[in-house]
Amino acid sequence: MLLPLTALLLGLTAAAFALGRGRALAVVQGNASLLHSRPAYYGQWVALWCALPSFALLLGWLALEPSLVEQQVLSGASQEVRGLPAERLELFVSNARALAEGGVTSTVPDDDLIAASERARRVTGAGRWLLSGLVVATAIGGLWGARRRVSRELRARNRVERIVRLGLAASSGIAILATVGIVLSLIFETARFFALVPPADFLLGLEWSPQTAIRADQVGSSGAFGAVPVFAGTLLITVLAMLVAVPIGLMSAIYLSDYATPRVRAVVKPLLEILAGIPTVVYGFFAALSVGPVIRAFGERMGWDVSSESALAAGLVMGVMIIPFVSSLSDDVINAVPQSLREGSLGLGATRSETIRRVVLPAALPGIVSAVLLAMSRAIGETMIVVMAAGLAANLTANPFEAVTTVTVQIVTLLVGDQEFDSAKTLAAFALGLTLFGVTLTLNVIALSVVRRYREEYD
Amino acid sequence: MTEGSLHTSDAAARKLRKRYAAERRFRLYGACAIGLAMGALVLLLVTIAWRGVPAFFGHEVTIDVDLDAALIDPEGTGDPEVLGRADYSGLVKQALRAEFPDAQGRREKRRLYALISNGAAYALRDQVLADRTVVGTTFRVRVPLSADADIYFKGGVDAASAEGDRRLNDDQIRWLDRWAALGKVENRFARRFFVGGDSREPELAGIYGALVGSLWTLAVTLLLSFPLGVAAAVYLEEFAPTNRLTDFVEVNINNLAAVPSIVFGLLGLAVFLNFLELPRSAPLVGGMVLALMTLPTVIIASRSAIMAVPPSIREAALGVGASPLQVVSHHVLPLALPGILTGTIIGMARALGETAPLLMIGMVAFIVDVPEGPTSPATVLPVQIFLWADSPERAFVAKTSGAILVLLTFLVAMNLVAVVLRSRFERRW
Repeated sequence: MLLPLTALLLGLTAAAFALGRGRALAVVQGNASLLHSRPAYYGQWVALWCALPSFALLLGWLALEPSLVEQQVLSGASQEVRGLPAERLELFVSNARALAEGGVTSTVPDDDLIAASERARRVTGAGRWLLSGLVVATAIGGLWGARRRVSRELRARNRVERIVRLGLAASSGIAILATVGIVLSLIFETARFFALVPPADFLLGLEWSPQTAIRADQVGSSGAFGAVPVFAGTLLITVLAMLVAVPIGLMSAIYLSDYATPRVRAVVKPLLEILAGIPTVVYGFFAALSVGPVIRAFGERMGWDVSSESALAAGLVMGVMIIPFVSSLSDDVINAVPQSLREGSLGLGATRSETIRRVVLPAALPGIVSAVLLAMSRAIGETMIVVMAAGLAANLTANPFEAVTTVTVQIVTLLVGDQEFDSAKTLAAFALGLTLFGVTLTLNVIALSVVRRYREEYD
Repeated sequence: MTEGSLHTSDAAARKLRKRYAAERRFRLYGACAIGLAMGALVLLLVTIAWRGVPAFFGHEVTIDVDLDAALIDPEGTGDPEVLGRADYSGLVKQALRAEFPDAQGRREKRRLYALISNGAAYALRDQVLADRTVVGTTFRVRVPLSADADIYFKGGVDAASAEGDRRLNDDQIRWLDRWAALGKVENRFARRFFVGGDSREPELAGIYGALVGSLWTLAVTLLLSFPLGVAAAVYLEEFAPTNRLTDFVEVNINNLAAVPSIVFGLLGLAVFLNFLELPRSAPLVGGMVLALMTLPTVIIASRSAIMAVPPSIREAALGVGASPLQVVSHHVLPLALPGILTGTIIGMARALGETAPLLMIGMVAFIVDVPEGPTSPATVLPVQIFLWADSPERAFVAKTSGAILVLLTFLVAMNLVAVVLRSRFERRW
């Protein structure tokens, strides 16, 4: 229904363009130079009149339809049905909707449900026919009205351009919408979580076991939401990753910018970028299947007690993934240090490494610090490697051979699979998400301000 | 050496040697860092390739099945429906019993049947349906071996180890060896891996369903993020007044680029699924989430491409009477297009490899069917990799690596297109 209607509207829009353009040419007997705008603009203007109101109507209906259906289903429902608890009621409505559209229901339809689906069909069936008629009428009406107004003096180009510019400005507003959507949804769900669990317990509690039991009288039914072990695990893995990525990335950047021949540079730089392009799920597989067992075997030979999901495996592999972030960002800032500083230092008799350590690196330091901070925020937010290679148990430990869990791992385990949307367990994921968002945002802001504040201007 | 000058004394020479040694060491550290990074890359790729290539092949065995007409089509109708309903699994089992009469007792027979994939019966049925004349004959058919037997032929089972330690017992290995000795076992290119959907049986599982899901998701992503991204970039570069609102938009775009991908998944779950009540597990929602994620990439790349078009072009167009919008659409955008496309392809490649946000919106379901549209339940290639990597079945390790190889092939292809676009069409002014 929706697809043919959309196709019909698009067809009408195309027709509107042709009609508007033809009309403009007819008004001036084919002499386009007498028109205010070029003929195509009249076509576009008529097409916009045809398409915009009708599509707006269609979208408005689609947004309203679910609540209309729900209202219809419930309005005639028996007392028994209306007395159902909220989530059973929701199920009833969605079953009625499915039945009305000829889909599969999760329960055997009884009389109540069939009657309800009849009422739902009133909206989705007859309502949609009515809507289609209205939408098509709007489209044709818009087309007709606009076509009649086509004249020599009509400033079609200016009108079309005004609408297009509005559209351009609106698209750039999507970025604001997305941010607002993220912040609002995170804050809203987190507020609901904090209504169940006090913020102090979440931020300062030392025990994390979110698995709430189904029955209230089971052992550990309450669940504990002290997130400190989760934060500590994230920190441990991030530190391990930075221990790998910062020295390797920084030294690679130094070598590439100050020692490597142009040919070596041309080969190595893209290869390093490949490391950043490999999907994280591949790194996760590699960490879980290759690196983890190797570390475990090594630890066993040394007589250490190594968990099979050790923080070390995840941290090492994440470090490898982060190398290109550190190296390419530092490479840029090291290259930006003016050659004259290097030459001055070399001219005084310093070796190249002395020049780099005493002159180039101090000059590039703000940029390097910001690169490291950006890489760190990337490591904190990284999900798949830790989901696949780190553990689920929330241990408060600094031992890299033990299994730890991270914020992202907990978000994934809490939200994957079926969930009810008002339990503390699922809401906890949003609280963790908000923390994650806040921390990465702060790191990015600090990174940017470090560069802005301490950057040396050489020109 | 005389000790006349301060700079030629033994102490000075020693100090110089030390400084040169430090220089060499420093240089070595740099080379080592690059070596380590390259080594990690090579190790990763070689491990995956070494494990993944066998997944493209599977062992098959040729067996003789007695297609008894009385069992398959008792009335001789030749009706495809009757033919399709026959008990082919029973026929295959009968053929196995005939091949190895020494398998006696229920348990031993079951071990014998376990050598052949569950898909064997379907393979047989398809062949019968394709050619009805074979009914009533003894038909020679090639069927896939089970995953365990396949691993045995790929060298993954140590026959010398204790019987309890392996998935195959001594009898099963004897039967397999006998088949191999008779030349009935062949290692063939596994088409199923590329044309089949997911399955619980490793030897039947394929990536086609996930691939189609990825395609639908990417299509939605592209349809949303490309027009929106380019429009936003055009507005910000060409029309936006310098005021607080514009600054706010720019800050938001830069922040979005730095938000961890899983947070976009949370947004999708809270807004698209719970608030807008869009379908779970659907490429539509996945594409919308990934579009928001790639939008900053597309905007930033498009802006720099638009900025690179020299102002003289704009001034020339304005000078001959073009309106500002005509300047953009007739002159600036066509010239900036290669750069914009390059940025878009790189953004799409990142979206193709993204897993975490899709886990949040339910694209992790076990889905056998190939998705038919943007609203049917689907999974995508990286999520399929994640699901297989999680599976305890050993045979899925090879499948996972094989799927990774396919994913990496797509990524390399996309990046190559981007590189070619950049080098062929980008103009330096």
